[in-house]
Amino acid sequence: MEAQNVIAAQLRSREEIFTAGHRACQGCAEALAVRLIHETLGRDTIVACATGCMEVISSPYPETSWKIPWIHVAFENTSAVASGIESGLKTLMRKGRMPRRAINVVAMAGDGGTADIGFQALSGAIERGHRMIVVCYDNEAYMNTGVQRSATTPLGASTTTAPAGKVSIGQTTWKKNMPAIVAAHGIPYVATASPSYPVDLVKKVKKAAAAQGPAYLHVYSACPTGWQMAPELALEIGRIAVKTGAFPLYEVENGRYRITVPTPKLLPLRQYLEPQGRFRHLLAKEREETVAAAERRLADEYRRLERRAADADGA
Amino acid sequence: MPKRLGMEATVAVAEAARLAEVDVVAAYPITPQTHIVEHIAEMVADGHMDAEYIPVESEHSAISACMGASVVGARTFTSTSSQGLALMHEILFITASLRLPVVMAVANRALSGPLNIWNDHSDVMAERDVGWIQVFAENGQEALDLTLWAFRVGEDKRVALPVMVNFDGFILSHVVEAVEIPDLDVARRFLPPFEPIHRLDVDKPVTMGPVGVPDIYTESRKAQLDRLVEAYGPAVEAWGEFGRIFGRTHLPIEPYRADDAEILMVMMGGLAESAMPVVDRRRENGEKVGLIRIKLWRPFPFDDFRRAIAGAKALAVVDRAISYGGPMGPVASEIKAALYAHAHRPLVTEFVAGLGGRDVPFDDFERMIDETAAALRGGKPPAPRIVGLRE
Repeated sequence: MEAQNVIAAQLRSREEIFTAGHRACQGCAEALAVRLIHETLGRDTIVACATGCMEVISSPYPETSWKIPWIHVAFENTSAVASGIESGLKTLMRKGRMPRRAINVVAMAGDGGTADIGFQALSGAIERGHRMIVVCYDNEAYMNTGVQRSATTPLGASTTTAPAGKVSIGQTTWKKNMPAIVAAHGIPYVATASPSYPVDLVKKVKKAAAAQGPAYLHVYSACPTGWQMAPELALEIGRIAVKTGAFPLYEVENGRYRITVPTPKLLPLRQYLEPQGRFRHLLAKEREETVAAAERRLADEYRRLERRAADADGA
Repeated sequence: MPKRLGMEATVAVAEAARLAEVDVVAAYPITPQTHIVEHIAEMVADGHMDAEYIPVESEHSAISACMGASVVGARTFTSTSSQGLALMHEILFITASLRLPVVMAVANRALSGPLNIWNDHSDVMAERDVGWIQVFAENGQEALDLTLWAFRVGEDKRVALPVMVNFDGFILSHVVEAVEIPDLDVARRFLPPFEPIHRLDVDKPVTMGPVGVPDIYTESRKAQLDRLVEAYGPAVEAWGEFGRIFGRTHLPIEPYRADDAEILMVMMGGLAESAMPVVDRRRENGEKVGLIRIKLWRPFPFDDFRRAIAGAKALAVVDRAISYGGPMGPVASEIKAALYAHAHRPLVTEFVAGLGGRDVPFDDFERMIDETAAALRGGKPPAPRIVGLRE
C-alpha cells in the first residue's frame, strides 16, 4: 500500500480536469475518484452526468469545476444521452463535418442513477454497443437527497429509508451485483475500482478507454457523511473494503475474469464495520449471527471470483 | 422536378427527414407512429439516408439520445405517439431549456386508460407547456412541409428550440394521398446546414445543464419564455420562404371560407378536412358559416387569431381532449382566455369530439353549428358537451 502511495504521487503530473473549488464534503472519496479518472482520460473527453452529488457539487451556475465539455440532463437517462453523443460524433465525423479524432464519451452516475433509476437506459445503451465508458460512483445510498437506501446499499447498513431499529437490522437485502449484471451483457470491459488503489484505478480507466465498445467501471466511493465515518478514514476504509471482501477489485476483459488486487486471506468483516456509524448497531452481541452470515457470503462470493479467474487462466 | 406520389402520411414525414439530411434518429416503436421510423430505418439500411439510427429501449431514451446527438451538433429527429410522448414528458422540458432543436413528429393518439391506439389529442395536450414549438398538420402534404419547416425554424439561431409536428394518428397518419416530394437540392435551398450556437466541443469546452439556484432560475425561465414567444417571427418568416421556394403557403391560423362568417368553427389537425364539406353545404344554403384551423399552437398566434375572428359572432370550438375537472376542452379554454381582455368577444360554444378514434360524422358538425346558431339567438352558450356520446 505504501508503495502505491509513492506511485500515486507520479500520477499527479497530469492536468487537472475536475478542478478545485467544488462543493463536495470533506473526505469525499467520490470526488477523488472523479479527479483521478479525468486526469487519466484527459481533455479529449465529453461527459454526460446524472443528477446527484457530483452534478450538484460541480455545476452551481455560474460556476463549474469542469474543464471539459460536460452536460447534465436528468437522473435516469445518462447512458442514453451518452449514446446520443457517441452516435452524433460518429455520424458527423463520417460525413466530414468534424475532423476524425478519438474522443472519450463518458456517462457518469451514482449507484441510484446506475443500479436503480438509470438501469434500463444503461442496459439499453451497452447492449447497443456504443463506444462509451459508463462509470458508476457507488457510495451505496442516495447521498444527495440524504442517505436513502439504494439497490447497492450493503446488508445491515442503516439508511434513512431503511433505518436500523429495535426490530430491523437496516438494509435487509444483499448488495445488487452490478458488475456481474453488466458483464452479462458481454461488453468488452468491466471492472471494479477504488480511489484507495489509484494505480489499479488508472490502469483500468486506460483499458476502458481503449475498449472497442462499451466499458463499465464500478467505483467504490467512500462517503464519510453518509457512512457516519471520520473523513480522514475515506481512503483507509477503501482498503479495508478490499481486504474483507466487501468490495473486491477485479476486471472482466472480453469475458475473462482477473482479480487485480488479490486477497487470499480475507480479514474479519468487523474491521470494516467498526469505523462506520451506519453499521454500529451490527456490533451488538445479538447481531453476531447477522455479521457472521454476511462474512460467509462475502467469502463465498470471493471464492467464486477466484474460481472464475482461475477458469480464465486455464482457458 | 418535384415528384407527386401517392403515399401514406407517415412515409411523407419520413421523406421530410430524408430531405432534411438528418444525422441521427433515435426512436422506439409505438402505434401509429411506427411506420415513420420503419421507413427511415429502411432508407438508412439501403443507403438512401446517411444517418445513425439508434434503436433505443424506450421513448425516454429516444428523446435523451436525441439530446445527446443534438448537443454535439447533429441534426436530430424522433417520432412518437401517446404513451411514448407521455414517457418523454420529463425530458421534453429539458430539451427546450437546453435549447436543442430536436424535431419530433407526433402521430396523435389517445392516452390510456383504457388502452386505446386511436386518434385524439390527449397526448399532445398533456405536453402543452413543455416549451416546444408546436404545430398541427391537416393532411399528408402538410405533415411533410411542416416537418421540413420545423428543422429550419428550430435551428434558426434566433430560436434554437425543439419543434413538435402533430398529425392525427390513423385518420391522417395511415391515409394514402398524393404528396409532392421536393427535390433534394431545392430542399437544401430552404434548409441550411445545422450550426448550433453552442455545442459540446473538446476544443471549446462548456458546461451545460448546470444547477439553477433560486438566484437565476426565474431569469432562466423568463429567457426561455421570451425565446418561444419571439419564435413567432422566424416561424412565419420561414413559411414565407417556404412559399417562395415550394409554392405552398402556410399560415399560423388557416381560414376556410371564413370571410364574413358569423359562425366560425375552430379546430386543429385533420378533423378540419372532415368539417369542410359541412361548411360548403351551409354556404350553399346562404348561411355565413366558416372554419379556422389553428396550425401554430405554440407560440399561440394571439394577433392572427384575433384578426381571424374579428367579424365572427360565435365560435364553435372543437376540442380533441378533456381537461378533467377543469374547463372541459383545453383549446376552448385558451381561446376564451385569449378573448377575455379583447373588445370583440364572440360567443363561444364548446365541443369535445373524436375521443380515442370515435368517428365525427358530418351530422355531428351540423349539430354543433345548429346549437351554436341557437345559442347565438338565445344569447347564452350551452354547457360544454362531449359529442357522439352514447346515452
